[in-house]
Amino acid sequence: MSRHTLSVLVENRPGVLARTASLFARRGFNIESLAVGPTESDEVSRMTIVVSVEGHPLEQVTKQLNKLVNVLKIVELDSTQSVQRELVLIKVKTSPQNRSQILETVSLFRARVVDVSQDSVTIEATGVRDKLDALVQVLEPYGIKELVQSGMVAVGRGQKSLTDKTSRAS
Amino acid sequence: MSEQLTGAQSLIRSLELAGVDTIFGIPGGAILPAYDPLMDSKKVRHILVRHEQGAGHAAEGYALATGKVGVCMATSGPGATNLVTPIADAHMDSVPMVAITGQVPSKAIGTDAFQEADIRGITFPITKHNYLVTNPADIPKAIHEAFHIASTGRPGPVLVDISKDALNKVADFVWPSEINLPGYRPTTKPNNKQVREAASLILSSKKPVLYIGGGVIKASAHKELLELATITQIPVVTTLMARGAFPDSHPQHLGMPGMHGTVAAVGSLQQSDLLIALGTRFDDRVTGDLSSFAPDAKIIHADIDPAEIGKNRFVDIPIVGDAKEIILQLVAAIKDEQGKGSVGDYEAWWSTLNHLRETYPLGYDLPIDGSLSPQYVIERLSDITGPDAIYTAGVGQHQMWAAQFVKYEKPGTWLNSGGLGTMGFAVPAAMGAKVGMPDTTVWAIDGDGCFQMTNQELATCSINNIPIKVALINNSSLGMVRQWQTLFYNERYSNTDLQSHRFPDFVKLAEAYGCYGLRCESPEEVDSVIEKALGINDAPVVIDFQVNKDAMVWPMVAAGSSNSDIKYARDLAPKWERED
Repeated sequence: MSRHTLSVLVENRPGVLARTASLFARRGFNIESLAVGPTESDEVSRMTIVVSVEGHPLEQVTKQLNKLVNVLKIVELDSTQSVQRELVLIKVKTSPQNRSQILETVSLFRARVVDVSQDSVTIEATGVRDKLDALVQVLEPYGIKELVQSGMVAVGRGQKSLTDKTSRAS
Repeated sequence: MSEQLTGAQSLIRSLELAGVDTIFGIPGGAILPAYDPLMDSKKVRHILVRHEQGAGHAAEGYALATGKVGVCMATSGPGATNLVTPIADAHMDSVPMVAITGQVPSKAIGTDAFQEADIRGITFPITKHNYLVTNPADIPKAIHEAFHIASTGRPGPVLVDISKDALNKVADFVWPSEINLPGYRPTTKPNNKQVREAASLILSSKKPVLYIGGGVIKASAHKELLELATITQIPVVTTLMARGAFPDSHPQHLGMPGMHGTVAAVGSLQQSDLLIALGTRFDDRVTGDLSSFAPDAKIIHADIDPAEIGKNRFVDIPIVGDAKEIILQLVAAIKDEQGKGSVGDYEAWWSTLNHLRETYPLGYDLPIDGSLSPQYVIERLSDITGPDAIYTAGVGQHQMWAAQFVKYEKPGTWLNSGGLGTMGFAVPAAMGAKVGMPDTTVWAIDGDGCFQMTNQELATCSINNIPIKVALINNSSLGMVRQWQTLFYNERYSNTDLQSHRFPDFVKLAEAYGCYGLRCESPEEVDSVIEKALGINDAPVVIDFQVNKDAMVWPMVAAGSSNSDIKYARDLAPKWERED
């Protein structure tokens, strides 16, 4: 099984997300994570889709995606050629005894505390999947009350831009 | 200067501007506003059908017969969901179709209102594109785009769902001057380098086959195909969707490949060293078991849909583009190479294929009890009617026999449901074809199972003077399923006996619908009953051919088996090697 990151530029229209997501299901592909948001252009939205591929070649799903009328451009972002980030919010149980240990962990991981209560802290961290997994692992023994994670967003390294080459989106 | 129109008026005006002359549909609550201005349209004829599925298949039949976009219309909820089957059918067979549906008022959307169904969501996976319009000002643009998308590139169905309030409200009518779809730019011009590579591979191959699919008919590339075949002398096979793309009478034509293809056609693909696949998609009914399909062949695959290329089979030379453009360029490139002295030599290949063709021709055994043979009926129907007629079919044994035993000479004369395999396709599709081509004889070759799914459209045909002819191949059972039960389920006939030699009485049924009803039970009556039907043009005709129910479709490649294991008849495998 292999994992791929696709950046998909779509027209900002109702129904595009549903159409795109259902295409993956219909063609037998698993979406591991999905992030959608606006871009520098009002008319264009950008999806970052992490898809795990087993059996089918990835090419088939990108070709099918390209056939969707509202899809403008699809690029696969290689992990070495792009900056990839996920965001996680973790609510951890705390006690007066372990609070400082937890805060030390937070700073080691360059994470931040964004909310504090008497017996919990909420930690925000961004990074690549491995780093976030490691943070979660370290925090687990203290007791994770709640965890929420965003889909991955990614952008290619270097001066080139995915969107300015999109003559199709003009 | 713009004009103020209601959304309903704007819809009808837009359809007129899109060139629509015929709509098949049924009104209902949500679409009701559109039917009022429709009544006054001088350009658009609305044909009131009896079931929305009939409207959809009629639109398909119209589109397949004329090459124009077929249009169907229905109301919200069940009206729209009844269109789902024909929309899925059109999607699988790349039929240009626009479906217009009414939707509940925009404020009621999402409230589970009366007759509400999320038809746009439902049809995401079975449309080329779809729209939900809630603003009357957006109607012209949606219709304009819908017709463009449906008819260009790889054709397909587009659904436009319009809320009732959008039909009632008034807006400026502006017909868009151009299409602006940045994400939709089908490639039609092939890459010249790939075409040249294909040409040289073709001329250096020893056992090439032109594997022709429905895309050649969609692209109107039959003349170009004929020239390509003529200058190369390469054998041709035409898939179920391509019957008529190449004349059956042509000596280079080996017939249909696939599960019920001819031994020569199936054998040619299996033994080939080069498949030139044009407008076809390596469907499982053609390839059989993929891993053993055409094991020694290199593949040139040309299609307008890049997603089809390499989907099922590795491709050596991919060519994306319109079949007509591709074949034209291929012909030029091959002539170029031939001019330089590179001429293909296929003599040994033809000798092998001719041997297969002569040893294993299409045929059938007459029933020993003297009852009517379904294959004989279809063969006579074709011989008496001739190749200028249009033939539609449902799905099952009668469809396969109609594909095998009708002699097709021209594209657009064989209309059937290939990909989805929709029973009930024949009668409404024939109706649509006859509306589009009123001067052409249209035969619906139908089974008794299929016929009972959509025969209510005979009322539509009678009332609207659409004199189709129905040849009912009545074997009193769900014949193809029964055939599989015979072959694979120890002759345990679970729920395939329709008893339709008893009920209904199809002659009376036809007459009840205002059609002529004829019956034929013996071989001696076949010619005269067909001639009688051909002489009737003032109303539809239904002939109830009561045929033997044990007849089976041969040859056959069992599902999932290798094409090389094709059976010529029960327990009879062809010998691939020649015994001298």
